[in-house]
Amino acid sequence: MKNCEYQQIDPQALPPATPNPPPPPRGPHGDRGEEPTAPRRKWQVFPGKNRFYCDGRIIVARQSGVLPLTLGLIIVTCGLFFIFDCPFLVKHLTSCIPVIGGLLFVFVVITLLQTSLTDPGILPRATPDEAADIEKQIDNTGNASYRPPPRTKEVLINQQVVKLKYCFTCKMFRPPRTSHCSLCDNCVERFDHHCPWVGNCVGKRNYRFFYTFIVSLSFLTAFIFGCVTTHLALRAQGGKGLMFALQESPGSAVELVVCFFSVWSILGLSGFHTYLVSSNLTTNEDIKGSWSGKSGEDVSNPYSHKNIFVNCCSVLCGPMPPSLIDRRGFLPADESVQTAAVDTELPTLATKSVCTQGTKGLLESATIPPLLSASCPQGKPHSARSCPDKGPAVNPDPELPTSCGRRPAAGSPPARHAKARAKKSKRAAQRVPNPSLDGPVSPASPDAGPGSQAGGHVGATFASLH
Amino acid sequence: IRPLQDLRQPAVSSKVFVQRDYNSGTISKFQTKFPSELESRLDKQQFEETIQTLNNLYAEAEKLGGKSYLEGCLACLTAYTIFLCMETHYEKVLKKISRYIKDQNEKIYAPRGLLLTDPIERGLRVVEITIFEDRSIGSGR
Repeated sequence: MKNCEYQQIDPQALPPATPNPPPPPRGPHGDRGEEPTAPRRKWQVFPGKNRFYCDGRIIVARQSGVLPLTLGLIIVTCGLFFIFDCPFLVKHLTSCIPVIGGLLFVFVVITLLQTSLTDPGILPRATPDEAADIEKQIDNTGNASYRPPPRTKEVLINQQVVKLKYCFTCKMFRPPRTSHCSLCDNCVERFDHHCPWVGNCVGKRNYRFFYTFIVSLSFLTAFIFGCVTTHLALRAQGGKGLMFALQESPGSAVELVVCFFSVWSILGLSGFHTYLVSSNLTTNEDIKGSWSGKSGEDVSNPYSHKNIFVNCCSVLCGPMPPSLIDRRGFLPADESVQTAAVDTELPTLATKSVCTQGTKGLLESATIPPLLSASCPQGKPHSARSCPDKGPAVNPDPELPTSCGRRPAAGSPPARHAKARAKKSKRAAQRVPNPSLDGPVSPASPDAGPGSQAGGHVGATFASLH
Repeated sequence: IRPLQDLRQPAVSSKVFVQRDYNSGTISKFQTKFPSELESRLDKQQFEETIQTLNNLYAEAEKLGGKSYLEGCLACLTAYTIFLCMETHYEKVLKKISRYIKDQNEKIYAPRGLLLTDPIERGLRVVEITIFEDRSIGSGR
């Protein structure tokens, strides 16, 4: 009978699970050779389409969208307000006006920057080992030429059946309320929408900033509109007429136009999001009608606390979750070990290659950060991995949500946005529903072949993998 | 002949992933189902106790209550700028969780040839348990 003796592992001797700045010393088997470069941080190898500044402290989406326009409009309009309207109003009314205006302006700009520059709740991609483990658990019937069975898992949350979908890019089952943003190429928790005005996704971590931003912007817009109207009315008194007033204060005309067209859409948006907050819904769920019981089933939102006050508090004042992607953490020394493992397309092969490497590599790959492991290795043209669900930049009609099950109530703010977008408006968040949520989307890679593109058949792509 | 290195560091034989339990919603909670691969190495009760303690700690971090509301309201009033200087309650509990995992590794898991990875390293998706190879197999050769 075999007497199993386990060598006591000293946890301190192992490469640390948490990344530390100095890379662990390389053993004699280091056939990769010494890399003379400084230890790299995780943001430098982040697989999503994000950009990082200040050594990983600031994160933005690949396209900043119209964030400069949003900022520009706000700053220019407020600037004009302070230059043209405030002196007159301070003289004729009260000096509180620039103070209030200033406070609101500062609040708006800070919350806007926080919404844009914060990690919305990005989920790091699964490590190859995890992906392999999940693959083993999924029953893969049928041969390679057929599309693999849809990968979904059902869970019961508060007596509601919720379907969890498998994300082909991130190689994991998405948690509830998580959605994959094709613009940023990340899975985002509690995904609300991708807002081009803010240049970032709005998700679990930055929703409260976003909400505060639009509410304070509503106040600011309404405030400026009111002040400008008062200003022009006062100037036009005594029979002088509006034209005279506008000639005396041309800046006010610009402000008037901007504010008039923005205030409705922004107020509408604030109202809509207040409704969402009070019922603990996301824009994504509302547009898709997940909990509206469209087919007559008895469905209700399982995440709602059934109390408006509690819902509001939990969404806006709940604990602030940490960023899961650890942008500024350091990478363990040998990335090349893991990238080699990633390149082998078969999940089983990947596991095998991990096991057949040197023990040093094994231990280090055991603690390798997930970002790295799933990353498209630094510009290497890796077709198979990048294929499966690099969605076409799916541009649904920005004005109107396109998925079915949309309730009329949700339709009205978008309609207002359609109008506001036609004119020069400060902001109208475009709700970009995520089509990639509905399963694999057509791969963009040429290797997938023509047949696999149109119908979004990842089967062909997976055929090439297997 | 086995490489010199193997004598210093054990080889990974496999990894077990304890997945998230979403039955209570989106809160961070892990399944307490005992994985079969660990049967030869660990007691079911010990495993369950570890996972249950982790679940309780995460619940404490994400608890909605007076203290978290106060923190949230204060943050809102300062335009959330206090997040730049203050450590949030969640972060404090995460540190507590790290210490707990290190402690569990030292006391229970390492002696059995296992290693718990802090779930935060895996984006709170899984609790990864690395199983190290049984040394006596090699020495018998």
